[in-house]
Amino acid sequence: MRKCSLTSLDALLKKIAEQNAVYLPVDDGEGRAAYKQWEEGVKMSDALNTVRSPKDFFFPQTENLMEFKTEGKKIEIIDTRSESEDFVIFGVRACDVKSFEVLDNVFLKDPVDTYYASRREHGVIVSMACTRPTETCFCQTFGIDAAEPCGDISAWKTETDLYLEAKTEKGEKLMALLESLTEACDSAAVEAQKKETAEIMKKLPLAGLSTAGFGGDKTDELFDAPEWKTLSQSCLGCGTCTFVCPTCQCYDIKDFNTGKEIIRFRCWDSCMYSEFTKMSAGQPRLSQVERFRQRFMHKLVYYPTNNNGLYSCVGCGRCLAKCPISMNIVKVMKTIGEKAE
Amino acid sequence: MNKEALIPKLGVITDVRIDTPDVKTFRVVTTDGVKPFEHRPGQCAMLSIPGVGEAMFSITSSPTNTEFMEFSIKRCGCVTEWLHQAEAGQQVTIRGPYGKPFPVDDEFAGKDLVFIAGGIAIAPLRSVINYCRHYRDRYGKIDIVYGARSKDDLVDYKEIVDEWCTDGGADVHLTIDREQEGWDGHVGFVPSYVKELAFSTDKTVILCGPPIMIKFTLEALMEMGFDKKQIYTTLEMRMKCGIGKCGRCNVGSKYICKDGPVFRFDELDELPDEY
Repeated sequence: MRKCSLTSLDALLKKIAEQNAVYLPVDDGEGRAAYKQWEEGVKMSDALNTVRSPKDFFFPQTENLMEFKTEGKKIEIIDTRSESEDFVIFGVRACDVKSFEVLDNVFLKDPVDTYYASRREHGVIVSMACTRPTETCFCQTFGIDAAEPCGDISAWKTETDLYLEAKTEKGEKLMALLESLTEACDSAAVEAQKKETAEIMKKLPLAGLSTAGFGGDKTDELFDAPEWKTLSQSCLGCGTCTFVCPTCQCYDIKDFNTGKEIIRFRCWDSCMYSEFTKMSAGQPRLSQVERFRQRFMHKLVYYPTNNNGLYSCVGCGRCLAKCPISMNIVKVMKTIGEKAE
Repeated sequence: MNKEALIPKLGVITDVRIDTPDVKTFRVVTTDGVKPFEHRPGQCAMLSIPGVGEAMFSITSSPTNTEFMEFSIKRCGCVTEWLHQAEAGQQVTIRGPYGKPFPVDDEFAGKDLVFIAGGIAIAPLRSVINYCRHYRDRYGKIDIVYGARSKDDLVDYKEIVDEWCTDGGADVHLTIDREQEGWDGHVGFVPSYVKELAFSTDKTVILCGPPIMIKFTLEALMEMGFDKKQIYTTLEMRMKCGIGKCGRCNVGSKYICKDGPVFRFDELDELPDEY
């Protein structure tokens, strides 16, 4: 483990930025934080987390996949892919770090999504331990330790210092770059912080939330539960939960004709939308009940079935904070899970 | 850079055959004039017209066809509407093959086969039927039951009459919904015709058609004493990626594009009823 004084955080970021683009949570002045590229004068936010998840770094909201040129009956296919450049995301919370594993299981599974893979390969993640988890946090439900984040480098911020520990080869490489700005240290201060955070975690309102009742083998038991109807009754189908969710990865592919060329792009989509499964031959999910159920069954039952029991939720709490009708996965887990249990 | 599954190949439509008032069969090769890729019976491919869209179609031609691929396509949406306007020489993009094929070399081997199709559903089955006809001695008796609204709605009618019905490889049972001038064949819906034909229950059934036809034919087969383990079908869902990532065709823990589209009915019983 190595450390540096918080007063030299700017120097540290500058050092990294000399070689790679660095992105970190920055306050927007209205109480919200968002990832921004670091440049001289940019200060790291103290907010618990960003409004949008960092999934954009690997799976952007929209991205161009390829281009076409057409002339008469002829088509030209243009591969517009370029290798991603190295970049560093500094200050990712433990929940969001875990979300990358959830996304990896989708995009890096054969056949590999080369767009995602290229960015993933070139992205270095410096995670930051939480010290003030809040009432919407429930990462511990999914076995995530907010005080012990993974990533390529784990970081802890105390009142005075920043502690860093490399966790992967990529992390070690970055640590080597920072050697002159950091000094070797013991982990006493970090251990003390972990203990303190653990105490706060125990007292959080969602501390008792459990995944019992959910899991890979629960389709039959949960699919026809009458509660889906009552839970989904006020769902607007706005898709906000999907867009702020760090693990939602459904996407659409569409073509846009610029007049000069045709761009085939991919963009985030939501299983909460009526168009999602609509075909000319019919619509398998006719009402919001089915669409609502699909989102939660996927996160809590279908995804774990295909991924050794790993849930497709990391308890970041963004959907709790942002849903306009205050419906969320916690209510679903409490209502349907406890019944099944 | 590595090969990317979402980036298609270039294909050319070399022939357009009008099958019915709303079905055309398109012959596709690469720009070098060869078959775009190898596939297995029941697999699908993504065709697209840049600027219009991309859609998944079952490959109608048999893998034993070494020269080209064929797609029988019903006009029913954006991409299909555009394709129906296309003429020979039109380039398209193509990627695939996608999905799990029919188990023609293992579970079907040595079995009596009954193909049951309604309307455009002959499209995915034609690939299997012609594969089995090609390797005729690997299978027992082959029956084909095919129904459509009218004589004019039977897809591949010429091939069925000139080849399937004449080479002795299969017994073909055609039916249309209502009496029609110039039709002296069977009249009636597929489910009741299947019952009339009274197939012995040791046969393997491949059933594909509109949902309502599948529902009643499945019921008829159950009444006749068939087990769901003997009956196969192929599903249709909206798809974008074809490789189990975009989430669109997810039903239960399965992705129809890669875990299907071919399923046995006992396997479908384990999935939520959302297809």
